[in-house]
Amino acid sequence: MSGPGVFRAAVWVVQRDLRLATRRPAQVLQPLAFFAVVTLLFPLGYTPELAKLRAIAPGVLWVAALLASMLALESLFREDADDGTLEQFVVSGQPLTILLLAKTATHWLLTGLPLTLMAPLVGGALGVPFAALGGILSSLVLGTISLSLIGAVGAGLTLASRRGGVLLSLLTLPLAVPVLIFGARATELAIAGDSLTAPLYLLGAVAVLGLTLAPLAAAAAVRIGLE
Amino acid sequence: MDWTWFHKFGSPPHVYRLAGLLTPWFAWPAALLILGALYGGLVLAPPDYQQGDGFRIIYVHAPSAWLAVMIYAVMATAAGVGLIWRMKVAHAVAASCAGVGAWFTVVSLLTGMLWGKPMWGTYWVWDPRLTAQLILLFLYLGFMGLRASIDDVSRADRASAVLALVGVVNLPIIRYSVEWWNSIHQAPSVMKMDRPSMPFDMLAPLLAMLLGFSLYFGAVLLIRLRAEILRRERNASWIREELT
Repeated sequence: MSGPGVFRAAVWVVQRDLRLATRRPAQVLQPLAFFAVVTLLFPLGYTPELAKLRAIAPGVLWVAALLASMLALESLFREDADDGTLEQFVVSGQPLTILLLAKTATHWLLTGLPLTLMAPLVGGALGVPFAALGGILSSLVLGTISLSLIGAVGAGLTLASRRGGVLLSLLTLPLAVPVLIFGARATELAIAGDSLTAPLYLLGAVAVLGLTLAPLAAAAAVRIGLE
Repeated sequence: MDWTWFHKFGSPPHVYRLAGLLTPWFAWPAALLILGALYGGLVLAPPDYQQGDGFRIIYVHAPSAWLAVMIYAVMATAAGVGLIWRMKVAHAVAASCAGVGAWFTVVSLLTGMLWGKPMWGTYWVWDPRLTAQLILLFLYLGFMGLRASIDDVSRADRASAVLALVGVVNLPIIRYSVEWWNSIHQAPSVMKMDRPSMPFDMLAPLLAMLLGFSLYFGAVLLIRLRAEILRRERNASWIREELT
């Protein structure tokens, strides 16, 4: 068939979503602010002592990152479904899996990556030593990729439902348990100054599995949701 | 090969009648096995040398925990069949499975907690098996929540089927990650059951109970499936003929 190749189409999707994001910066910034506020609550609610905060820092960082990326998922497909863009994807003749993968990648660029880049700041506030930041950054990069992919499936599935929000979290959070466990473990090891190769490999494995299967499931879900 | 027998399962009236015929064949053996196993487990089996009579809750706990996982597999298989062959009846099976599976998960969690109190001194420990079971309960709740939130039956069927398949891929990963998570946070738990070394008069009621529970699940599934088919086909003419 004539027309642009898959790669071109995917690049267009990425460009379009990035441009939309620059027009509506609040949508991108809100999850980041949420991430910062949630982590701020722990010193206030628990203790300002850095030594104690350091002990719970892995859990706090990962749970906050998980919740922040949940929050950003709502907007992943919903608006494009409402204004018919997703339908155009389906009838465009391009493989829907690739287009959705491009959308998910953009979503990660706009939430997962900034969350990761914010982690040193937030982690520093929780008493995480400077030497651990490299390990934390690499675990968050791999972990947020998986979170975006799992979230894309959940966002696709809730397209057909009347109310998204809470249901989306109920669907997605249990599936994200392995990412949370491996990620928090990697962060813990990084703070302790140990080698974090094992959990990083596992995070990488989950991300690769997600990259392979999640777009297929998301495409199936979006097709059902659009009928 | 002749596939007629398989395609017949796509016909709601056929499955409705078949389920009605099969129900007693599951229900009666289930009742007999469960009653027999209860007698065997509560009366005949000797008390455990460490746990005394407290261990006897295993006769409800272990089979329900096992079924909770098995039902998820049945549900995902039915959902997959429904998705691939666009078989409405298979989706009805998956929908009927969810509630039963969730209840077995709750039963296994509650009996586990009741067992934990005398044995561990607390109702809840973050034991990997308990935690994985709790996550399984949330997977069931998510499946049912997604179904309930979509008005159109056919879309609810297929969306929840995709979720069930995603869950079944993820379930082993969750189980292993939880086990790995726990093994580094606390020492191995008190509960170490050497199953093969269990004496026969303790083991036999357990196996009988397992079979009994499975048959009971079969019977309940068939009854719920009939109800589900009736609900879905409520405007079909064959139901009027069937019921008059």
